[in-house]
Amino acid sequence: MNFEWLGRQFDNIVFLLGWHVLLAVTPLILGLLIALPLGWWAHRSRRIYPLLVGVAGLLYTVPSLALFVLLPLVLGTKILDPMNIVAALTIYTVALLVRVVADALDSVPEDTVQAAKAMGYRGYQSLVKVELPVGVPVISAGLRVAAVSNVSLVSVAALLGIPQLGSLFTQGFQLRFFTPIIAGIILCVVLAMILDGLIILLNRWLTPWTPKVVAS
Amino acid sequence: MINYLFDPAHWSGADGIPNLIGEHLLYSLIALAIAAVIAVPLGIYIGVTGKGVFMIAGLANALRALPSVGLLILLVLLISPAFPSKMGYILPSLIVLVLLAVPPILTNTYAGVRAVDAAAVDAARGMGFRTMKILTDVQLPCSLPLVLSGVRSALLQIISTATIAAYISLGGLGRLLIDGKAQNDYSQMVAGAVLVALLALFFDQLLAFITRRVVSPGLTRRTIKSAVAAEPVKTPVTV
Repeated sequence: MNFEWLGRQFDNIVFLLGWHVLLAVTPLILGLLIALPLGWWAHRSRRIYPLLVGVAGLLYTVPSLALFVLLPLVLGTKILDPMNIVAALTIYTVALLVRVVADALDSVPEDTVQAAKAMGYRGYQSLVKVELPVGVPVISAGLRVAAVSNVSLVSVAALLGIPQLGSLFTQGFQLRFFTPIIAGIILCVVLAMILDGLIILLNRWLTPWTPKVVAS
Repeated sequence: MINYLFDPAHWSGADGIPNLIGEHLLYSLIALAIAAVIAVPLGIYIGVTGKGVFMIAGLANALRALPSVGLLILLVLLISPAFPSKMGYILPSLIVLVLLAVPPILTNTYAGVRAVDAAAVDAARGMGFRTMKILTDVQLPCSLPLVLSGVRSALLQIISTATIAAYISLGGLGRLLIDGKAQNDYSQMVAGAVLVALLALFFDQLLAFITRRVVSPGLTRRTIKSAVAAEPVKTPVTV
């Protein structure tokens, strides 16, 4: 490791890290917001469930680099537009979470739903105040997988020239220089672990009734 | 893109599309075979004996966070000086592909063997089956759906990552994407992207078909809903 180089490159690395966080976290939030109603729909309708899960599986099959290249055709963006990455990762996140949200709602005990109904909760209130909160642990488990894989997937965008931590890899390859590559890998893994930890904390905060043991 | 795909000049020669697909498949299948040879016996061993379970959870999570582009480039810089020929690029690519493919096969094989109904194993033992025969005649056929779904995830991961390996001058369909980018030829990139996506979709469906054919019907007699639910969540393609 050449620490002197790292010191000189500090500002640039912070800039790349910032882009990486933005490109990984935005799709996570967008994906969750889209997956919640879709997952609820799949949970409600036995006919929609296999359809949505099937389409999600197919979308997941498309390799990331191919998706990054194909999206400009659909979105009308330029190949170098970071929007392509956000859109692609949002698609992956939705594909992963639709099924997770449906399964989370399925996992809510029938007694709990009946109790909510008996206490006078209407359909919408029961969903927001009872069923979704009870399903939080399942959803957050899926969200953790999406968060960690997003961080890794973002780095592929470096091959197209979109700046983020993956740029350190291509830079290191061109210069035949280990320092940026190792720094990039470490930052990616640390970023993934931090996001993962934040979701675990959020899960605990949202479900104060569960025992304080984290099953990973 | 359409013009690129239908130009006969792109369908022959060393850089022709059939050749690129062939190369892509060759690397992918070699990597899959090596990964399966490592991961299936290890998964069975861990599943049957219960030894080394801690390794499984850690491995699955740690490797998901590892950026494959970085790993690939790191290994090329480490290994290629030792091999002056083309091997200096092929070897690191194969190592990365195998590394990415082992965890899904390993974790699914382990989970599959663990999930076999203990009553079925006891029944087989009661009928006088020996440990080895229980393994080959009861535990393995029962865990086959999960093992194959692990192989399916692994193959997707490999096909996807082999595309990226073109960046460090591996052959295959990734060439169209990387060379297209270098030459500012967007239609070539799109043609490559479409072909890679189709290749992945085709092999995913092929493995789904094989799974339906080889899994014992006794294991798949479920209601429609639970049949969908029984298909394990795909592990994300982290490339």
